[in-house]
Amino acid sequence: MSLEALLFIPTAFSKRSRQEVLNQCYVTGIKSLAVISVVAAFTGMILALQTGLELRRFGLQQNIGTAVTVVMLREMGPFMTALIIAASVGSAIAAQVGTMVVSEEVSALEIMSINPVRFIVMPRLFALALMMPLLAVYTNILGILGGAVVGATQLQVSFQAYFDNARLYAENKDLYVGLVKAFVFGVVIATTACHQGFSASEGAVGVGQATRRTVIISFLVILVLGYMLTRVFYR
Amino acid sequence: MIRFEKVTKRLGRRNVLDELDMEIRPGETFVICGPSGMGKSVTLKHMVRLLTPDKGRVWVGDACVSEARGRDLEKIRSRFGVLFQGGALLQWLTAGENVALPLREHTQMSDEEIEALVREKLRLVELEDAYDKAPSDLSGGMRKRVALARAIITQPEIILYDEPTSGLDPVTSRTIDTLIDNLRRQLGVTSVVVTHDLHSALAIGSRIAMLHNGKVVEVSAPDEFIKSDNEVVRGFLDAQYITRRGHWEEEPTK
Repeated sequence: MSLEALLFIPTAFSKRSRQEVLNQCYVTGIKSLAVISVVAAFTGMILALQTGLELRRFGLQQNIGTAVTVVMLREMGPFMTALIIAASVGSAIAAQVGTMVVSEEVSALEIMSINPVRFIVMPRLFALALMMPLLAVYTNILGILGGAVVGATQLQVSFQAYFDNARLYAENKDLYVGLVKAFVFGVVIATTACHQGFSASEGAVGVGQATRRTVIISFLVILVLGYMLTRVFYR
Repeated sequence: MIRFEKVTKRLGRRNVLDELDMEIRPGETFVICGPSGMGKSVTLKHMVRLLTPDKGRVWVGDACVSEARGRDLEKIRSRFGVLFQGGALLQWLTAGENVALPLREHTQMSDEEIEALVREKLRLVELEDAYDKAPSDLSGGMRKRVALARAIITQPEIILYDEPTSGLDPVTSRTIDTLIDNLRRQLGVTSVVVTHDLHSALAIGSRIAMLHNGKVVEVSAPDEFIKSDNEVVRGFLDAQYITRRGHWEEEPTK
């Protein structure tokens, strides 16, 4: 299904698909910003506090800039973003597609010779694959800023020292790897949600089960793939 | 026009259709009735290959729809308009956008041309005011009428109606019946209606088929249908207080 949807990606900005693609980008990106902002800031703050308290025992708390930045870029930025998007957007997609299946909307599309994969899957896949890396960048920025605030207020590490330290050790590769992960997670979430939605049957119960399976499967695949990608890029 | 040749379909442990033979003629309103769970909607879905027979074939004209694939299937389906039981309108589009969908997807018509045609079809189902309304703001009957406008926007040869009056009050049900009858007269389409509402079937049907245990047990014109001696037909008529003379009576008659 994902492969078929990928074949339709070149038509994403055609007249008949443009509106739905932009709508999905808005739902995935803009509507998720509030919850992502809170989670991102607190992730950075927790990271800074936990590592900072340990490092302070050795007088090395000025290194929290590097610790927070590297961990956010490589792992926590894309990972936390993916979990939030899987739980909010992924579950919503599964519920919507599942409802469309049980209320015969998908059958109606087939009768009208409208390919449900192009009409339903492609805009969601495109939006998640595009918006996930952008959201991961946003999560990274807020997480790193959150860490800086904790450093300045609780660990006596000035903003200047925090960011100087971060620039010293964080590499561009850390950012790129995080973006690749975010892209892959976006594809995973969209594919899982659409597949589960299309598999829904037996009315509201089936839609509920599809939604639940989407969140569980997405979480597990994100965890496992996250580990495997880290292994590939950091041997 | 549409022909079922010994079609068998098994769903779960039950043969929902059991070597079903049936023929629908061009230009008629063919009503398939029967108790719930006897395969009426399953029969309808075979005509547009939303379901495939386990055995047997379904023909639409000279084309075997049960074996068609790809472009051939699209070509056959383009001859149909389908009114689904709940309307099956896409919830994130307005009524007007729902009706316009087949045109936006398959034609090069301008937005103005599409809007004019959509308004014309909505006027035909007496719902021109609903153009900008979301499906969630419409009543059940209005949703079905919008879905009917969508079904006829591409001027199909055959319209399938899946329980068009179920869940509607009697007045709205008769409005839908009138619309179905008007569409047949105005557009000359072949109509296939699945219903368990015999009042509706007798009012609009050219012929009525009774489906029972996966087979057609009676096919006849409405005036013959109400006189049928078939036990299943008789029971169904009695249950809806319809006598051999076609009168509605307060108590079932034998």
